[in-house]
Amino acid sequence: MDQKYQETTLDTFPKLLQSHVKLRPGEDANREKALGIWQSWSWADAAIEIRALACGLADLGLKRGEKLAIIGDNRPRLYWSMTAAQALGAVPVPLYQDAVADEMAYVLDNADVKFALVEDQEQVDKMLEIRDRCPTLEHIIFDDTRGLRHYEQDFLHDYEKIQQAGAEFDHDHPDFYEQEVAAGSGNEISIMLYTSGTTGHPKGVMLSNDNVIITARNGIIREGLTSKEEVLAYLPMAWVGDNLFSYAQSYVAGFCVSCPEDATTIASDLREIGPTYYFAPPRVYENMLTQVMIRMEDAAKIKRYIFSYFMEHARKVGVKILNREPVSLKDSLLYKLGNILVYGPLKDVLGLRRTRLAYTAGEAIGPEIFDFYRSLGINIKQLYGQTECMVFICVQPDGEVFADTVGTPAIDVEIKIDDNGEIMYRSPGVFQSYYKNPESTASTKTEDGWVHTGDAGYFDDNNGHLKIIDRAKDVGKLNDGTLFAPKYIENKLKFFSFVKEAVVYGNERDFSTAFINIDLDAVGNWAERRNMAYSGYIDLAGQDEVYQLIKDCIDKVNQDLSQDSRLGNSQIRRFLILHKELDADDGELTRTRKVRRNFVGDRYEILVDALYSDRSQCHVETQVTFEDGRTGMLEADIKIWDAAIYPVNSMTRDAAA
Amino acid sequence: MNEHSIGGEILKVENISLSFGIMKVLDDISFDIKQGEIRSIIGPNGAGKSSMLNVINGFYHPQEGSITFKGETRKQMAPHVAASHGIARTFQNIALFKGMSTLDNIMTGRNLKMKTNLFWQALHIGPARAEELENREAAEKIIDFLDIQAIRKKPVGKLPYGLQKRVELGRALAAEPELLLLDEPMAGMNSEEKEDMCRFVLDVNAEFGTTIALIEHDMSVVMDLSDRVLVLDYGKQLADGLPDKVRNNQDVIDAYLGIPHEQA
Repeated sequence: MDQKYQETTLDTFPKLLQSHVKLRPGEDANREKALGIWQSWSWADAAIEIRALACGLADLGLKRGEKLAIIGDNRPRLYWSMTAAQALGAVPVPLYQDAVADEMAYVLDNADVKFALVEDQEQVDKMLEIRDRCPTLEHIIFDDTRGLRHYEQDFLHDYEKIQQAGAEFDHDHPDFYEQEVAAGSGNEISIMLYTSGTTGHPKGVMLSNDNVIITARNGIIREGLTSKEEVLAYLPMAWVGDNLFSYAQSYVAGFCVSCPEDATTIASDLREIGPTYYFAPPRVYENMLTQVMIRMEDAAKIKRYIFSYFMEHARKVGVKILNREPVSLKDSLLYKLGNILVYGPLKDVLGLRRTRLAYTAGEAIGPEIFDFYRSLGINIKQLYGQTECMVFICVQPDGEVFADTVGTPAIDVEIKIDDNGEIMYRSPGVFQSYYKNPESTASTKTEDGWVHTGDAGYFDDNNGHLKIIDRAKDVGKLNDGTLFAPKYIENKLKFFSFVKEAVVYGNERDFSTAFINIDLDAVGNWAERRNMAYSGYIDLAGQDEVYQLIKDCIDKVNQDLSQDSRLGNSQIRRFLILHKELDADDGELTRTRKVRRNFVGDRYEILVDALYSDRSQCHVETQVTFEDGRTGMLEADIKIWDAAIYPVNSMTRDAAA
Repeated sequence: MNEHSIGGEILKVENISLSFGIMKVLDDISFDIKQGEIRSIIGPNGAGKSSMLNVINGFYHPQEGSITFKGETRKQMAPHVAASHGIARTFQNIALFKGMSTLDNIMTGRNLKMKTNLFWQALHIGPARAEELENREAAEKIIDFLDIQAIRKKPVGKLPYGLQKRVELGRALAAEPELLLLDEPMAGMNSEEKEDMCRFVLDVNAEFGTTIALIEHDMSVVMDLSDRVLVLDYGKQLADGLPDKVRNNQDVIDAYLGIPHEQA
């Protein structure tokens, strides 16, 4: 392992920055595409930018301990503003950039934000809208000047003007920056991240420099990452994972982080950068696979044949080769040929050709999706993490990767399962407290540093890996006493490419039922190939053929569930296909796209009631929110179908094994 | 209204009459467009709005009247002359090169800015190379401005309608026009696409100081964007003035409600 990781004096990000300027001044620290061309900034360039910005912020009045909100897409300037704030001992608070103004108002007010550094006019407008509700907010700094030339409020500042003022301030106070950086320490608060809040208001998780830097370093050590990694920062900056992968680990290991040109160009930027280290939530991998399959369906016959032949071969030996298990010479040679003809070009199109390590987390991933990527030779692994400990709780070790577990504890992490089956952990990454919320802190974190995850799970007897079934509070019971784990069933449903979202009900009911959201791309393509006409989502979702298609998926899940003696009775009896896609703007999903089951249940109470009646149809009117915040009404008659129920296998799995 | 500065006259149209055979399309129309303003031309279907734009950019030649653009008065002007004098336009029915990429379509808008000849361009060395880079940069700035990076290399024929409209605006902007003629830029768009397009029209006007003549059916768009509005009906000039004044003009209301004619 590299000597420099051991240095303990580098306990803040600005100090790490200074060390990179000494160690690798000319190597790229950041890249971003501008006017169609990748521009890069070396560590030395970045340090100059950050210093000028930090001095400018200090000149404007930002002081130690105060909060700087950061709102926008992933851009080098916004990452620099994090370091600049940290250099002054101020605390960066990144927010989800697509949140509507009301959601931002809560966080800005709760966090006592004094400065907001935002990307563009869209965000400035939101800030102006909510300024009255955020009494502590004094200054707003914007990066992109477009459309802002007529905004003349004196609390609005151009990023570049702040840097210019900073350069002058630096000139007049030459020792200021170094003194401020030297005053920083490991136990100071490094960053405040708001949890997405599946329930109630979001909470500000306060993480110290030690929390972040030690955890980032442990992750780097475990996976053997170096300063040569390539990373594309494309996930929201407000999310803990982005802060770890695109910021903290870059500063600790010294690798370059590239920012996409635009949120819509990520796929092509990914391909051009070719990241060696990559994180994506399962849905991104699912989408990529769906796109590949859709395009292959439309490809010429010969191409389809070659593709399916070699993919079949990859399924047979690809995972073994990735795990360095022995395979026959013939299989090995055939795999190499496949690599030239299919796997290589395919990985290239996906932008994963150089990927040495790909993580996924957040939701369960379908086994066949997982195997698809692994059989191509992409080392995709699951991890289990939380904002409260700067991500890492468990990581799958190389060569021990299973679709249904999340691996073994990360370095320095202790895990125990409490009496209720809830997973608890303790690690150097464990957060200090929730901001201004001692009750939640006390109920989440024990006196001796153990954190409640809220997840139910157990260690698998066979391989010692942690297995997660559901949120502890979501695990319920049917009226007959059968265990009911809705997430577990929903995940099984979502493994079908036709199912985009599923919401399963059944707690304290006689049987389970499901709301289904179809995947418009996959089902639409399926319908087109059958010459089925449809005018849009609502029309497609209501067709009998589509109901039959979804019924087949549910039947398979039921068959699967029937094999499990504990969960067998929670097979889905009745289901419906929702007339609209669940949407974060309507509050149905969190900003990280997790379904808020109870909210959806309340909102569509009439549909839930219909599922538990003997009706075969239900009329519903729904208010929808458009992207610009306006609302409209949507009406539909929704059909309700019954699914097939299978006899439960009374033999337990363990007995069978 | 808009916060931009409005200067002197850039275009003056005097007593224009245009006929196709016995069909009188424009009848004695006179108005002016001032530097930096957004000037709308509205009217029911068949009022002569598009014909008016075609007259301005030299595609139709009026039988009577004169056009003064930047102080030069002429009766007729060929479209390529109009283009080289700084008039660019978009069309009611999109007129892009469907098989070419967004970038290439926008680059065609730079055509008049290219000085080197085919020989140098084919060799792609020396001045031709420098010129290509300069034009590419200008095109990329427009791509950035219109937020169409993701479709830079896609053939425009495969793009949704709203995006094609945006590319067409990009191509018109590539000519760095002083006067931009937009023929129903929001036709067939949903409310979100319309809002985007309005934002772009305002931004073009504010950031580049481009004078804009706009034909549009959506009254709320016209009333919000325009500095002044000209109303045509069956080739005749019905009203001309500030949006509020036009909105309350009884003749205009009648024309739109179809009182004098059966057509709405």
